[in-house]
Amino acid sequence: MQQSTKKELHHRMASAAYWLEFAKKWLWMAVRFVLIFGISFVIVYPILLKLSIAFKSMDDLYDSTVIWVPHTLTLDNFKLVFQAMNYPQVLLNTLLLSSAVMLLQTVTCVLAGYGFARVKFRGSGFLFAGVIFTILVPAQTIMVPLYLQFKNFDLFGLIKLIQGEPANLINTYWPFIISAALGMGVKTGLYVYIFRQFFKGIPREIEEAAYVDGAGYFTTFRSVILPNALPSMVTVMLFSFVWQWNDSFFTNMYLNEPKVMSSMMASSGYAIATFLSGGGQAETASYVQDPFFMSMMMNTSVLMAILPLIILYLFVQRHFVESVERSGLVG
Amino acid sequence: MRFRKLSLEQKNRYYGLYFILPWFAGFVFLFMVPLLSSLRYSFSNLQVTNDGFSLDFIGLSNYREALFSHESYVRILTESVVDIAVNTPLIIIFSLFFAVLLNQRFRGRVLARAIFFLPVILASGIIASIENGDLMQSVVRSANDTTGGGLSIMKNLELAVLLIESGVSITFVEYMTGAVSRIYEIISQSGVQILIFLAGLQSISPSLYEAAKIEGSTGYEAFWKITFPMISPLILTNLVYTIIDSFISDETSRLVVDTAFKSYDFGLSAAMAWMYFAVIALVLWITTSIVSRKVFYQD
Repeated sequence: MQQSTKKELHHRMASAAYWLEFAKKWLWMAVRFVLIFGISFVIVYPILLKLSIAFKSMDDLYDSTVIWVPHTLTLDNFKLVFQAMNYPQVLLNTLLLSSAVMLLQTVTCVLAGYGFARVKFRGSGFLFAGVIFTILVPAQTIMVPLYLQFKNFDLFGLIKLIQGEPANLINTYWPFIISAALGMGVKTGLYVYIFRQFFKGIPREIEEAAYVDGAGYFTTFRSVILPNALPSMVTVMLFSFVWQWNDSFFTNMYLNEPKVMSSMMASSGYAIATFLSGGGQAETASYVQDPFFMSMMMNTSVLMAILPLIILYLFVQRHFVESVERSGLVG
Repeated sequence: MRFRKLSLEQKNRYYGLYFILPWFAGFVFLFMVPLLSSLRYSFSNLQVTNDGFSLDFIGLSNYREALFSHESYVRILTESVVDIAVNTPLIIIFSLFFAVLLNQRFRGRVLARAIFFLPVILASGIIASIENGDLMQSVVRSANDTTGGGLSIMKNLELAVLLIESGVSITFVEYMTGAVSRIYEIISQSGVQILIFLAGLQSISPSLYEAAKIEGSTGYEAFWKITFPMISPLILTNLVYTIIDSFISDETSRLVVDTAFKSYDFGLSAAMAWMYFAVIALVLWITTSIVSRKVFYQD
């Protein structure tokens, strides 16, 4: 047996077609490697660059022989950003806000997605067209009325009745919580869509079997349907957490003071300059005027803002990619 | 017996409505109401007062101002649309190509996938805007270029000259070299699209490829006859997603936001946003009606 396969191999190796096939295979592997490696490098490059900049000291900054690796590694930049931006507090705020939004959005969207997949009556298609419509209309179109609505927030005049005036929710976290709970947060239409596609793929017989066994509608949903939906839930949860973390549109709109990462990054340069000068206007100006220093600070603060996300991603990455493949992201 | 089953189904239909209820409340109060008021604002002059705001109906003058007397609206809007027209095909082709690559078996596939989906995690308007105007990054980049090491893929000038001299049309050369210089932008916008394509590729049954191989088809043929038609519905999905996604963080939306919250001209901002929406709707309608004719559906 061993002998014959060896012979066969020798025989095949003698033919030109074998070598052609062989060369094609290896050429393709080489091309593929170069392409994937190249693009991976382009993606990772800015992060590496930020890492390199963040560890530099002021001396290295002006030393033209230093490009990638600093002479002396220093943590000063991190310390500075840490203190100037009140990093622990901001991190905690962002973490809490993103987690709360993530949970609320997932719950609302999984319910809505199931509803849309299973409800059939006149006008149900029309209702789902509403979901698509929320995806299509840019947030800028409804931005001003939304802002005013949250500035003078009221539930059918109830709050006015109790407090004498409508509540001002601007600069609180309530606008995020309310929009997430009602399924109107960042890119929520997409999540409803993902869940609906997923539930449409689950055969109805599963539910019918549960009904026959005597389970009610809600029990069936909780103990039969939801466990199956876990992969798509992981996907939606990660998307929703990350997009809330990175969202600068709504955070800049609802929060006047930078309390979370994304709104803080926009003003990080100024915050650091103010911190260094102890609040003095003239000195602040001199720091702001050194563009290299400011840029170094910006890079460090961006790195610190995305670092938690990267760490999170390292943990859930394998899960995430697998879950997307099984999640019903595909129609 | 039959009658009872029907009633159970009927009952269940209405249970489903409870599931939609939270979303529906949000849809009405946080979407439809603002949408209608935004339309009203666009026809009015909105003044913020101590107790809320006041509206004066002024007809189409906000629209007229945005179109004819605003210094940059029309220019920025056109630029946005052109940008999208240029970038979208690149993003679709790029993400399809790399989804196919990542779907093949090779060593380090898990790592490669992890890196390719990083942009999904990091893509964000604010990070990108800081990136673009950053001094240190450009210093390091130029230092790299002069020393000749590192990332000097941007040397497409010579290539461009070569291509033009060999008779390739100048518009095409400009488009391709532009694509190379914008590679980071394109990559950072195609994370989700790669995910969608990859998921689609995995759902194609391997038996199709086996059958094709037995019939003697090459990899090239298998791609155009099997892979491409099978994931063509996803090309449509990705097209719509890409177009919508690029509207979120472009110059026009920044202008709309600034008009509202920096110059406090809410009416004008609403008018700008509505015209913007009309343009998006038009672009989407044109592209989907063209593409959906070519899409192959299995059932």
